[in-house]
Order: sequence, then C-alpha cells, then structure tokens
Amino acid sequence: MEALIGQLFAGLSLGSVLLLAALGLSLTFGQMGVINMAHGEFMMAGAYTVFVVQGVVADAGLALVVSIPLGFLVGGLLGLLLEVLLIHRMYHRPLDTLLVTWGVALILQQVARDVFGAPNVDVKAPTWLSGGVDLGFTQVPAARLFILALSVAAVGALAVVLTRTSLGRRIRGVVQNRDLAETVGISTRDTDRLTFFIGSGLAGIAGVALTLLGSTGPTLGTNYIVDAFLVVVAGGIGQIKGTVIAAFGLGLMQATFEYSTTASLAKVAVFVVVVVFLQIRPQGIFSIRTRSLA
Amino acid sequence: MKGEYAKIAGFAAIALALLVLAPAVLSDFRLSLLGRFVCYAIVAVGIGLAWGRGGMLTLGQGVFFGLGAYVMAMHLKLSDAGPTGVPDFMKLYGSGVVPGWWEPFRNPVVTVLAIVLVPSLVAFGLGMAVFRRRVRGAYFAILSQALAAAFAILLIGQQATIGGTNGLNGFRSFFGFNLFDPVNKRMLFYIAAGTLLAMLLVVWQLYRSRYGELLVAVRDQEERVRFLGYDPANVKIVAYVVAAAMAGVAGALFVPIVGIISPAAVGVVPSIAFLIGVAIGGRSTLFGPALGAIAVAWAQTSLSESFPSFWIYFQGALFVLVVAFLPRGLSTVGSILTRRRESA
Repeated sequence: MEALIGQLFAGLSLGSVLLLAALGLSLTFGQMGVINMAHGEFMMAGAYTVFVVQGVVADAGLALVVSIPLGFLVGGLLGLLLEVLLIHRMYHRPLDTLLVTWGVALILQQVARDVFGAPNVDVKAPTWLSGGVDLGFTQVPAARLFILALSVAAVGALAVVLTRTSLGRRIRGVVQNRDLAETVGISTRDTDRLTFFIGSGLAGIAGVALTLLGSTGPTLGTNYIVDAFLVVVAGGIGQIKGTVIAAFGLGLMQATFEYSTTASLAKVAVFVVVVVFLQIRPQGIFSIRTRSLA
Repeated sequence: MKGEYAKIAGFAAIALALLVLAPAVLSDFRLSLLGRFVCYAIVAVGIGLAWGRGGMLTLGQGVFFGLGAYVMAMHLKLSDAGPTGVPDFMKLYGSGVVPGWWEPFRNPVVTVLAIVLVPSLVAFGLGMAVFRRRVRGAYFAILSQALAAAFAILLIGQQATIGGTNGLNGFRSFFGFNLFDPVNKRMLFYIAAGTLLAMLLVVWQLYRSRYGELLVAVRDQEERVRFLGYDPANVKIVAYVVAAAMAGVAGALFVPIVGIISPAAVGVVPSIAFLIGVAIGGRSTLFGPALGAIAVAWAQTSLSESFPSFWIYFQGALFVLVVAFLPRGLSTVGSILTRRRESA
C-alpha cells in the first residue's frame, strides 16, 4: 500500500512537470498550429532566471517567489521576439516553423553554454521546500508538492483567462475559426502575439519549477520537449482539459511502467501506448470539431 | 527533355567526382571521412524522397540509421569473436552468454537481409499505424521524433546486451576483410559511393514514374488524391519505407567506415541534424539532398575542428535562414538567377 501510494505520487508529480511544460505548447500549437521547438529553451531560460536572481537575492525562498513572475516575463519576451521576428512570416508553413525554431533552440543552448558555462549550475532550494511533508499516511517531498500546486495554479489561471476575459474569448475565437474571428473585427495579429507571449511565459514558469528537481544546464529543455509534445498530441489541441488529462495520464503510466520494468523500457511503452491510442482517437482526447478537411 | 540531359550530366559529374577524382586527390584519412559523409548523403536521399517529395517531415531517421548500423555492428562483433565466441563487451558487462536474438546475425546473409528488412518493417508498422489513421503533418513529425527519443533511451539502458552508452566498437574485420588494411578502407569508400549512386538512380526512376507524380500530388493536395480514388496512405507508406531502408543501408555502411555506433548517433539531435543538409540542397530536388548533406558534414568537420562553439551557432543560423528564407534550398538559387537573366 505504501509503495502504491508512493508510486501514485511519483506519477502525479511527473504529470505535473509534464503539464507545466506542455501547457504553453498546447496553447501555441492549438491556436497557430506552430510547433515551437524552442519551447524547451524558454524553459531553460526560466531555470537560469532563478540562478541569476539567486545571485542578487540571498534568501532562496524570496528568490523563488520573485523568479516565478520574472521567469514568466523572460520566457514570454523571448517568445514574443521569436514570433515577431520569425514565426509570423511562416504561419502557412507549420512544418517549416518546426525546423526554424529548432535552429533557434540550438542557438539559445549555445548562448547558455557560453554565458553560464557548459557544466550544470545548482540552484539552492528554499529551506521550506527541502524537507518532506507528512500527509498522515505517507511522506512526500515538499518540492514536488509545490510543483503540483504550481501546475494546478497555472492551469486555473489559464482557464480563468481563457473563459472569463475578453482576451480569452478572442483567443478561443481565433482557435475555432481564424477567418471568421477576423471578420468580426478581432485583430488576429495581436491575438497571436499575446498567445505566444503567454504560452512562452508558461514555459518560463515550468523552467523555474524544474530548478527544484535537479541542476540546471543548457540541455534542460531538450530533456522535456519530446515528452511535452507527446502530451500535446495525445491530449488533442485547442482545449486545456485534454492537455491536463494527457499529462497526468502519461505521468502515471510512466511511473507505473517504471515500477514494473525499467525507466528506459517505460519510455518505449509510453510511446507505444500513445501510438495505439491515436489509432482509436487520431485527434487526441479532445478536439474541436470543424468541417475543414485540412 | 533538356532537364533530363542536365540530370544525366549531373549524375555523371557526381559519379566522376566520387569514383575517380576523390580517390585520386584525397589522403586515406580524408577519403574515409568522405565515406562517412557519403553515408549521411544516403540518408539524405531518403529524406528527400519522404520529406521533399512526400511532405512527411520525418524527424526519426536516426532510428532506421541506427537499426541498420546495429545489425551490421552485431554481425561484425560476432564474426570477430569467432564461430562460437562471445563479443568482448559482453564478457565485461554482461553474463558472458550471447543472447538468443543475437544468434541469427552470425550469418552474413541474414545480416544483409536484416539491414534492409528491419528498418523497413519498423517504418511499415509505424506508417500503417499513423498514415492509415490520417495522422499527419505536425503530429507525424512529433511521433517520429518521439520514436527517436524512445529508441536512443532503449539502447542506453541495454549495457549488457547492446553496449549501452558506449555502443558497439572495436571491429577488426568486415566480411573477412581486415579493417586495418588501407586497401580495404578504400574498398569501403567505393562501396559507399557506389551505394549512393545506386540510391540516386532509384529515386530518379521513382520521381519519373507515375508513383512519383502521385507522391507529389499527395504532398500538395492529399484530399484531392483521395477523391480521385487513390489511397494516400499507401503512397506515403511506400515512400516512408524506402526512405527507412536507405537510412538502414547507410547505417550499415557507416559502422565499418567509422568503427563505432552508439546511441549518440541515433537520437533526437542527430536525427534532426540529417535534415539541414537536405534543406540546404533543396529538399525536392534530385541531387540537392545528397550534395547538401555532404557539404554540411564537410563544413561541420572543418569548422568544429577549429571553433567548436561557432559550429553550433552556424548550424542554428543555417536552420533559421535556409528554412525560413530559402525553403527550396540553395540549389534553386541557380535556377532563379537563370530565370532572371532570361526575363531581362
């Protein structure tokens, strides 16, 4: 029983990390059909933000709290820059954006290597996150609980933005029918920029969270980007709930397979499950129904 | 018809450069280096078929390259160890017993067949699963990339049976030929170059055929092809399988030429790196992918020898500039220029 709960929590924790990484992706992929391979490097930028802030602010707890909005800003501004300079030229060529953003990712990784050095840097965890939390029946690491809470908060905030604000209505309008949204007077250009800013900012927050789990290095993003994309594909585009279910589903599956086999076999098994799942639902868990053939 | 003559001339020029010029002017070391680039070029020819003509952005060619390479490496390891011997690394890390699934690769005929068939079957399986369900575009790209990630992780986890992170290396002979003999190294180069030329002929014929027309049609307007009564899935699967087989053959030639295959050569990053040469050469042209792949590999070797970090910036910039601003690659710059001159 103890082992089962431990494994369940490991799965939830992995799921929350995947969710943070994939949330912004599903937003940008869903709205614009753009596959941003530099998303992982925006995560890396968020992680290095914590490292830089800790150089200024001595108290690790305060540094973490400051880093969350700052990481959002760093990731978001990088994304905005990418959108304005490159991506908006290529909306009609979604597959090519994948390769272009891969090139951007390579450059950003090398920048990190040249600025911060190739070896990983360590970020101090605040004292209130270094221990464990007693949930009565089991003990769980506080840092992982914090990330779980952070991912729930991020989903909640995004849901509020999407359903309760006029910006959210515009975003959903553009996702559902870009041409019609434009016809009723929505500036799809501005909406695209804002969506990209928010989506990339979420990557920055994910990066901040990842510093609590391990050291920070130039390839931090590449380790998560493939899994994050798998979550987006399995979850279907255009709706947050698909991403949430897919992230926790994949996280739990990975943890379960790891428990019964090895970590490397578990990765392969998860991939096979996703491919088999797409046989049943090629559009992912949820998708917006349209009549378009494309 | 004029275009056909230009292609024949181009093919003859490439054949002359590879089979006559390069062996005459290059040192043994440089020639073996060129042999490695030729292996990349064979992968690139397949990518040109699948991506350039078929519109399938395959980010997992490293998997097929790796499958061919590991099949070849297993055979070389077994034949080095002798008829009933055990490869050296297994004695170090494993149980000292050859696993049952290694045994078939003692046979050279089985090995050569497996080099083509194993990657083809994996591609066929994934292609059936993906294209039949009309999963395409970005979804396919992501799945092929996830396959590459899973494959590399799987290999890394198998230290005892497949060499783990170290991979397989230290081969001494190649189907009975001593690999340390410079004459045999030259022979390997000729085999690789001949294979590349053969693959170019294969895609040339494919592009000229009705199938080639159909493949381009599927790339440009998949639904219209479906309405015409064809099944686009079949058309795509054929191109994907051929591309996978080419990558497998390239991997198998890579092993004796380079002397090592490891997970680092087959994962996500090398799989995408295969694409940049294809993009620069012109993804839908006949010779562009192969020439682009050789040029990029050559540039990487000479640049990263002297400025390792500069190469990464350069590679990133190439991806951005070529794909964003020259989607048809450098090989079309020439035709744009001639058109300008004609219209002027």
